[in-house]
Amino acid sequence: MTDILAAIADIFTSPTMYSSAVRLGGFLAFAALGELVAEKAGTINISVEGSLLAGAFAGAVGYDMTGSTWVGLLFGVVGGLLVGLIQANMSHRLSADQFIVGITANILVVGFVGFLNGVLNPAARRASIIEIPILSNIPLIGPALFGQTWPTYILYPLIPLTWWGLYKTRWGLEVRAVGENPQAADVSGIDVNKRRRQAIYYGAMLAGLGGAFLVVGQVGSFDTGMVGGRGFIAIAAVYFGGWRLKGMLFGALLFGFADAFRLTMPVLGYRLNAHMMAAFPYVLTLIVMYFVTKEFRQPAALSRPFVRGLR
Amino acid sequence: MTHAPPPKLENVMVDSSNRRWSQLRDVTILYVLSIGAALTISGFLVAMTGNSAPKVLKALLDGAFLAPGRWGTTLSIAAPMLLVALGMVVGVKAGLFNIGQEGQLLMGALAMAFVGTKLQGAGLVLLIGGLTLGALAGGAYAGVAAVMRYRRGVPEVISTLLLVFIAFQIVGFAITTDWFLRDLDPNRPSKAVTSAPLPEGVRLPIIRIFGNEFHSGLVIALILAVIVAYVLARTVWGFKLRLLGQNVNVAQMIGVGAKKAGSLALFASGAFAGLAGAVMLAGGASSYRLTTGFSTNIGWQGLLVALLARSNPLAAIPMAVLFAALRTGAGFLAATGVDRKIVDVVQALLVLALLIPPAVQEIRMRRRARAAASGETSE
Repeated sequence: MTDILAAIADIFTSPTMYSSAVRLGGFLAFAALGELVAEKAGTINISVEGSLLAGAFAGAVGYDMTGSTWVGLLFGVVGGLLVGLIQANMSHRLSADQFIVGITANILVVGFVGFLNGVLNPAARRASIIEIPILSNIPLIGPALFGQTWPTYILYPLIPLTWWGLYKTRWGLEVRAVGENPQAADVSGIDVNKRRRQAIYYGAMLAGLGGAFLVVGQVGSFDTGMVGGRGFIAIAAVYFGGWRLKGMLFGALLFGFADAFRLTMPVLGYRLNAHMMAAFPYVLTLIVMYFVTKEFRQPAALSRPFVRGLR
Repeated sequence: MTHAPPPKLENVMVDSSNRRWSQLRDVTILYVLSIGAALTISGFLVAMTGNSAPKVLKALLDGAFLAPGRWGTTLSIAAPMLLVALGMVVGVKAGLFNIGQEGQLLMGALAMAFVGTKLQGAGLVLLIGGLTLGALAGGAYAGVAAVMRYRRGVPEVISTLLLVFIAFQIVGFAITTDWFLRDLDPNRPSKAVTSAPLPEGVRLPIIRIFGNEFHSGLVIALILAVIVAYVLARTVWGFKLRLLGQNVNVAQMIGVGAKKAGSLALFASGAFAGLAGAVMLAGGASSYRLTTGFSTNIGWQGLLVALLARSNPLAAIPMAVLFAALRTGAGFLAATGVDRKIVDVVQALLVLALLIPPAVQEIRMRRRARAAASGETSE
């Protein structure tokens, strides 16, 4: 028993653990930030998974073509947005079911990326690490938060920016109104489905950026299985946070920790069954969803399509 | 609201027959356009790799039907796809999106492998027992999502999908663990870590026609397709499910408990996927052995089949054959130099393309209704 406690203490005091938790959690946070906006608008954008993968691949292609990390990230944004365009227009301009569109879009992206990866086979490299002076000297969390590759730092200003956009602008107010009471929003002259489309675009771009960040900011190469359901974990992070920004970030960090935990254990010499460890983040996500979903009030019109005259 | 005086009967009749023709024409044009767009994009991808589309098409046809023995293979793959699709249909009719078929299928195959290789008994008993347990395992796995949904409001779209990733690890665990399903036979043909093969007696009988062979799981799938079509269209249970899918509130009012009927629908949906996995294994997929990549996307493709068939269980039959044909046809693409993954793109594009026409129709109808309504009130 003491052995186990010692092992856990060992893992949780390891700087590697915190560093990779921030990296993996940061990746989730990119996607979850955008998903939060989409869900605030009343649409569950499950093609966030596809946006992540498309963004990761496009990021690798952009980097491969130009050798510039910036271009890679930009390509990622565009790649993610392409998936968002399909999702938004098919489910909130035409009225195809958002889940059906999302599932199909995800499968389409897997096929597309798998096919194009064989043709283009892009190579990428990891961006350089920039340590922010003073801040990175804080023990444990200092290097974890401020000693990362530089694309990580793009995430930090996006957090207050998203908060500002969602809570301090007219656009944000309309997005939230559309997610809470689309009928009322419609009557007051807001184009409900347009706001929902825009929210999805924003989410898809951030997810694409997150995917590109995974390639050029973390792993340094592209692999078709690298996203592996993280988009759905990002959705779970939004649920975990009760559709609030702070809680969502905490959720992303928690799931990042879960991922980091299983990656850090073998590094420190602790062995557990590999399959159990690989399943751990998903199991944790399910358990957390089970306990958390009912605790918060979700946007009242979440996942309900809006058609004027129908409730 | 004021009502306009009823229009003269003969005007209505002329009008409606004209409208019906123009509607039919519009719908046809829409379908041709969207399917054409899907195929054009696919053709463009083929051209990108420096190949000619007709050559690729010929290879696909050869691989799927024309070359000796191929259509049997196609039918063998169509069977589990159809089963998965039937499960999806049951779910969608009840308004539930179980998208974790890939995982439920794996659990079904796992149960079949366990019964077939670990239990003792007569072959036929084990076969039927394995198929039944496979269905139950898939159903129970989807049942986790049902409990999460109806107890705690977790959307099944997310939970069923997360369960897929866990299922892959469960299968990985099972076939790498000595006391579980791992094949410890030192004379096994390949070094790959798999389960032991199903013994001879526990396999689905093979049907041989004109030099083609396919497993009898196809017969099971076809019978079930007819049963599902009948149950959904003609029985009280089917009516309840459809009601639940159309309007939860109305369903509740009439006395259809969302919790009970919905859970049952999710369970049935998973059970079909589980049965598909058991049928795949007993039908000879990866030489009757459970492997890490055993599901080979049959779960995803079966899901697409159901969407393509617009949740019509009988329409799912030709669609399953079409998708299976694309898959087996892809086996012949290597000779042309086009990556077989092109087929995945074509499949998803087709489904997306077929989502467009009905959605456009719906919008048109709504506009027309609105125009009619505003015309009435302005009089």
